[in-house]
Amino acid sequence: MFTGAEIVAVLNEMEITHVVWVPDSEMGKWEPDLDTASAQMVRVCREGEAWPLAVGLTVAGSRPLVMMQTTGLFESGDALRHVVYDLEMPIYGLIGARNWLKPEIQDSAASYAEPLMKAWGVDFMVIDQGSQAQELKAHYARCREAGIAGFALMAE
Amino acid sequence: MMNVRESLEVLSRVRGSDDVVITNQGSARIWPLISQHPNDFQYNPSTMGGAIPLALGVALAQPYREVVVVSGDGALLMSLGSLVSVIGSGCQNLTIIVLENGIYEVTGGQRTPASGTAIDFSTIASGVGFANTHAFGDLAAWSHHAEKMFETKEPRFVNLKVGPADRQDLQTPAEVAVEQIHRFQTALATRQE
Repeated sequence: MFTGAEIVAVLNEMEITHVVWVPDSEMGKWEPDLDTASAQMVRVCREGEAWPLAVGLTVAGSRPLVMMQTTGLFESGDALRHVVYDLEMPIYGLIGARNWLKPEIQDSAASYAEPLMKAWGVDFMVIDQGSQAQELKAHYARCREAGIAGFALMAE
Repeated sequence: MMNVRESLEVLSRVRGSDDVVITNQGSARIWPLISQHPNDFQYNPSTMGGAIPLALGVALAQPYREVVVVSGDGALLMSLGSLVSVIGSGCQNLTIIVLENGIYEVTGGQRTPASGTAIDFSTIASGVGFANTHAFGDLAAWSHHAEKMFETKEPRFVNLKVGPADRQDLQTPAEVAVEQIHRFQTALATRQE
């Protein structure tokens, strides 16, 4: 979808200070570029760690971005619920939507990605074109301005 | 085996005025009985296992502050990998205190999977890469260690062997989460290097 250089460029524009991530095979290609970016990489062992870690960063004045795959989003549902609905924290997640662009592959992770976002009632956008980096930036800015959590489902 | 409230009173005595203390589960009910500090965050209600990652986030964002997180052993068991995340992050200003009693205290005292096993949390932490790990079952020894605990700049792990909490202490009502996090955020915006 994006190259590593493209994602680093837009993260710089978004003034992201920390990338909290559990990579998947698509986002994982960005690692060499992310390692040289100004944003600090924070590698967590399990997706459920990522959301409260991003809360800690946010309340202490940083601007984190959480990156994980849809499978990790499913797994970390309780942590996400708490962050979005109990703490009402404006956390932003870039979620790799596994097999979204491969309808020939039956994958429940792809089928339930968008319905899950709707079920959570969260503000989200879909990225399915490599030209949408500025839309990601704009959505992040809107969610931040509104003080709400936001998500970008990145089709893979 | 220590009285849990007395063991937390030791932390209250040694924490610096600018230090952050994040409590969780049972300790989040007891800590407000001991301390009322703007830099306290009672992570309750919470996601079990989430306190250490949340504290790590604060520590990474504000490396000039000492951040202490108090976790139960049951919560730590739900997120043992968070110890690896702490070391992997390179964070140098986080102290993890684990209150080990072998039970899920806030749900009524059911045994954790580790109860009755030979689990050694300090050895686990040491194996992950914590160079500063200690275990105490004696209040005087813990108190003596705590006095100089913050002298070194490195991630620290302290395992406190405690008995079950007083049931009355666990009845402390939780502050509304969103109000508490905003109060905490405001406090963290004040920097005292």
